[in-house]
Amino acid sequence: MSNSDLKVEARGERALVISRTFNAPVEMVFDAHTKPELVRQWLLGPEGWTMPVCEIDLRPGGRYRYVWKKEKTGDEMGMGGEFKEVTRPEKYVATEKFDESWYPGEGLSTTTFEERAGKTYFQNVMQYESRAAREAVLASPMEEGLVVGYDRLESLLNKQAQAAGQGE
Amino acid sequence: MVDSRIESNRLDATFAALADPTRRAILARLANGEATVNDLVKPFNISQPAISKHLKVLERAGLISKDIDRQRRPRRIEAAPMAEANAWLEKYREFWEVNYKRLDSLLDVMKTAEKKKKSEVKRKNE
Repeated sequence: MSNSDLKVEARGERALVISRTFNAPVEMVFDAHTKPELVRQWLLGPEGWTMPVCEIDLRPGGRYRYVWKKEKTGDEMGMGGEFKEVTRPEKYVATEKFDESWYPGEGLSTTTFEERAGKTYFQNVMQYESRAAREAVLASPMEEGLVVGYDRLESLLNKQAQAAGQGE
Repeated sequence: MVDSRIESNRLDATFAALADPTRRAILARLANGEATVNDLVKPFNISQPAISKHLKVLERAGLISKDIDRQRRPRRIEAAPMAEANAWLEKYREFWEVNYKRLDSLLDVMKTAEKKKKSEVKRKNE
């Protein structure tokens, strides 16, 4: 579907790794990931979603909060976390948790940017709290992308609850 | 109802099995054709019990199967679970690529704006 060098891989038992090269200087790519007025222009998921809330307090101990909305149905999906480390323009580390999380615990997301010949090599490592957490992420429905509507999420959680009930 | 649970457990076993480089190498070898434990001991230069242990993990994940009817019980690769794990990652990749294409366009706009700003500053200074 594209000729970009985007790579997605499962690493070890608990991590997912995404990497890609962007044809822009490192400060610019860093800002596009950390300035709300820029982030809300691209971090939208599938067609039809907007990002009504995008707040980022970019400093260690600062928090961020994202809410996406599917305009057609009114479905909303929120997530947020706390920055643990911020070194512009090469790195930030933050926790990540969805409001109605379908996986146990928080994720720890480490994002790095490295300039190579005028381009920027980006890498994000999502470390989940346990093997079970990554398992739940890998089993989440992807038809709507990562941004599952609440209706979907609810049916998924119901399914899991029923499955757990039957297992007992 | 239990389907998603079973599916996710299998997916987990698949990724755990694939997380080890020796097991990935064994799969790569089996992709070229079935092999017995003895066939695998030599090229990998590890003990037979170690190979058997890796094969057990791969079997549990449903990545390989053995022919129980034949004396030497050769192992062969199973395509389905691998395809399942790859399919999820491929969808995940597509999701991010949609976002990153938008980011590419935004970065182009930002670069153009910066160039314009620089040339305006230059003009002012001249």
